[in-house]
Amino acid sequence: MSGLTHLDRLEAESIHIMRETVAEAARPVMLYSIGKDSAVMLHLARKAFYPAPLPFPLLHVDTTWKFQDMYALRDKVGAEAGIELLVYKNPEAEAKGINPFDHGPLHTDLWKTEGLRQALDKYGFDAAFGGARRDEEKSRAKERIFSFRTASHRWDPKRQRPELWSLYNVRKNPGESMRVFPLSNWTELDIWTYILRERIEIVPLYLAAPRSVVERDGLLIMVDDDRFQLKDGEQVQTRSVRFRTLGCYPLSGAIESDADTIEQVVQEMLLATTSERQGRIIDRDAGEGSMEKKKQEGYF
Amino acid sequence: MALPHAPKYQADERDLIAADISAYLARQTSKELLRFITCGSVDDGKSTLIGRLLYETRQIFDDQMAALEADSKRVGTQGQNIDFALLVDGLTAEREQGITIDVAYRFFATSKRKFIVADTPGHEQYTRNMVTGASTADLALLLVDARKGVLEQTRRHSILCKLVGIRRMVLAVTKMDLVDFDKNAFDAIVADYRSFAEQVGIADWVAIPVSGLSGDNVAGHGEAMGWYQGPALLDHLESVPIASAADEAKPFRLPVQWVSRPDQHFRGFAGQVASGEVAPGDEIRILPSGRLTKVARIVTMDGDLDRARAGQSVTLTLSDEVDCSRGDVIATAKDPPHAADQFEATVVWMADEPMTPGRGYWLKLGTQVVTATVAHPKHQLNVNTLEELAAKTLDLNAIGVAELTTDRPVVFETYEGSDGGPPNRALGGFILIDKLTNATVAAGMLHFALRRAENVHWQALDVSRETHARLKGQKPAVLWFTGLSGAGKSTIANLVEKKLAALGRHTFLLDGDNVRHGLNKDLGFTETDRIENIRRVGEVAKLMADAGLIVLTAFISPFRAEREMVRRMLAEGEFIEVYVDTPLAEAEKRDVKGLYAKARAGELPNFTGIDSPYEAPEHPELWIDTTELSAEAAAEKVVAAILEFERR
Repeated sequence: MSGLTHLDRLEAESIHIMRETVAEAARPVMLYSIGKDSAVMLHLARKAFYPAPLPFPLLHVDTTWKFQDMYALRDKVGAEAGIELLVYKNPEAEAKGINPFDHGPLHTDLWKTEGLRQALDKYGFDAAFGGARRDEEKSRAKERIFSFRTASHRWDPKRQRPELWSLYNVRKNPGESMRVFPLSNWTELDIWTYILRERIEIVPLYLAAPRSVVERDGLLIMVDDDRFQLKDGEQVQTRSVRFRTLGCYPLSGAIESDADTIEQVVQEMLLATTSERQGRIIDRDAGEGSMEKKKQEGYF
Repeated sequence: MALPHAPKYQADERDLIAADISAYLARQTSKELLRFITCGSVDDGKSTLIGRLLYETRQIFDDQMAALEADSKRVGTQGQNIDFALLVDGLTAEREQGITIDVAYRFFATSKRKFIVADTPGHEQYTRNMVTGASTADLALLLVDARKGVLEQTRRHSILCKLVGIRRMVLAVTKMDLVDFDKNAFDAIVADYRSFAEQVGIADWVAIPVSGLSGDNVAGHGEAMGWYQGPALLDHLESVPIASAADEAKPFRLPVQWVSRPDQHFRGFAGQVASGEVAPGDEIRILPSGRLTKVARIVTMDGDLDRARAGQSVTLTLSDEVDCSRGDVIATAKDPPHAADQFEATVVWMADEPMTPGRGYWLKLGTQVVTATVAHPKHQLNVNTLEELAAKTLDLNAIGVAELTTDRPVVFETYEGSDGGPPNRALGGFILIDKLTNATVAAGMLHFALRRAENVHWQALDVSRETHARLKGQKPAVLWFTGLSGAGKSTIANLVEKKLAALGRHTFLLDGDNVRHGLNKDLGFTETDRIENIRRVGEVAKLMADAGLIVLTAFISPFRAEREMVRRMLAEGEFIEVYVDTPLAEAEKRDVKGLYAKARAGELPNFTGIDSPYEAPEHPELWIDTTELSAEAAAEKVVAAILEFERR
């Protein structure tokens, strides 16, 4: 009898992490961003607590600028039995009409970073699951699975707790919180193979289809609704595209592709020559070390 | 810039991906997982070798490669060559200093295996990080610079890995290009390491000569080292047995993480199988209670399983309605683990603040969390030589052997695996957590129990503490007066006791000076003795509270941690901390007993406020400012608070 496969081991580890969190945290929550990693994380959570319903709510920190397809899947998930879905929108960003066209980096700061802090404080969550993986980005490679945050949600890379064996220190003082990353040891390829193996539903935007796009600053941006602000000389074209990562639609670069099955997407990915986050404008803002800086400030 | 040579290792894989993606993906689902740790310093070419592994297995995309080329020119240390080290060093601060200061995890895969690499720094002050990285590894990759040979650091890393239970090592002799790929240089290093390995008992190791820069013997054999007949590094990593797979052969254990009770009809015990395997119908024992029952079902979302084995996360249901909760261990009835409350263990200290013998720390082992105190170390290990040194405490990165006592029995196993097998990580490894800061301050590996807990049952008492309290018609409490010497603790506590007695309350005053003449006359004033002093007083106060009394204590009790320890001994709300706040200058001016004068003259070492710290309470239940309140007014305030406490 052969041993467990690497996917079996990753699955078991993620489930163990989620159960430890639920057993030791006072008020856990799962950050649900609707992307493929969130989909895998949610699936693992269902497995971890089956036959019981999820012992925590899902939280979507909304920016009002996600793709229509994302909202559709989110609402479908939220309507399922045993799922409590919370949607939080930063009222200040809403009142000021903050948007990615007019406000640049402020859009992410206010809607996402600030919105997340407000939501965690409002509900008093002391442990929040996130779908980040260590293979995504260099500063992520050093983050713990249980990442301690101060009362002001800051991450201090120098004060990380040593993490030994599968023993997680979930203790904290009032006001302090944890970010928990059950997918830390998964790679992008693991995510895709697991989605295939487990037949997990994902947003159709990951698969190629003819879509309306505009070419801007070397990226293909999808025109997902009538709020899109066309610049002079820009033309809306229909091209066969898909997305490697999903966020706010005006900030997500599409890639031209005919891959309309997950197998083909994986095939393209493996033969591809650019890394996953390249289509995301957000990481380019501050150049070197930008994700690390964002994280210190409380970005997930 | 030309690459040293193009990656070829994954050529077959890439052909398959292009030709038949479904076949490729089918193969993905049957891969194994090997976790290993790399040990060595930046100078040993470690980052370059890891960068090379990532490159050879095509984990680097073109955009990353472009960024790498640009960075190599700007801040690289390899002249015109690509500095693979830049791929690996993550945090901005580290990149500026040119060193790696924490554990980073890397991922790569070949057609047979997925690898998780814990990349840890080589500097002595970061022993902590190495132990952390080694704790989950099946194998250690030790790097030795071909020009420098086996160094003290190589020996230290080998010993650390062995301590943490890694049985398999790979000695990668790097930078072979810089010694002209000389066989003699390699052979000399191997001979040197062999004599060291025999000395410390490292049996399972192989040596491979490599060049991270040229790639020779990393993914395939280059022409430069035709004399080397062994496997290339990646070939070896792909075929070496996976240590943790042997956990399946051990007796069944499952630490219970979480009890699942979705409705009245279902009661499941969720956890990850630590070792062995289990099937419905198996006789099991629940520890520490020792209750026997059988496994009814192994429940998963994908349907019930007919067996579960080491590594799997499952939910068990049992045949009988037995008590079982988080922290319990479900084990095979035939060969269950033991429970004990006193152990000998190897302790790796990981905090800036040194270990305080006698202080209570949280100990987490598996899913059990208890309070543990650590005695003075029996010895500290010199990790370069395995020599045993005398030590009073353990400082950051020190490793020592010490006895631990827990406040209740812990289900455990000896950390070290039997017969050279993998260690019992799940039930033999533990962490210590500071009770105030909640920081993880130490990691430990249990050796053995000093005596079995079976012999130390608590006596079940028929007359309960509630009965005692009811008979006296009062609510027990511990009024803990803390403050500097001469602050007025005893004076105020005395007044309070008189007033409470007048109100018909049953009280008892434990005074620092009096206790030191009797119960604690064997204790001095060192930090450790002060902690023991408070621990004993806490225990006595607890017994008296159990007897229904309102206890007043007047001790300087300078350390926050010990006051918190006593607070946690008692029932919720029963500990009332009274901070008698008198500024040092004022207390010294009063100097009722003449002690400050003696301390200033150097006749009283470790005197609180002079050469020993006083940690003021942060959130005392009562705060008495003696510069504003008279002793009488202060006593009134305390009594009023007690009456309020009784009404709650």
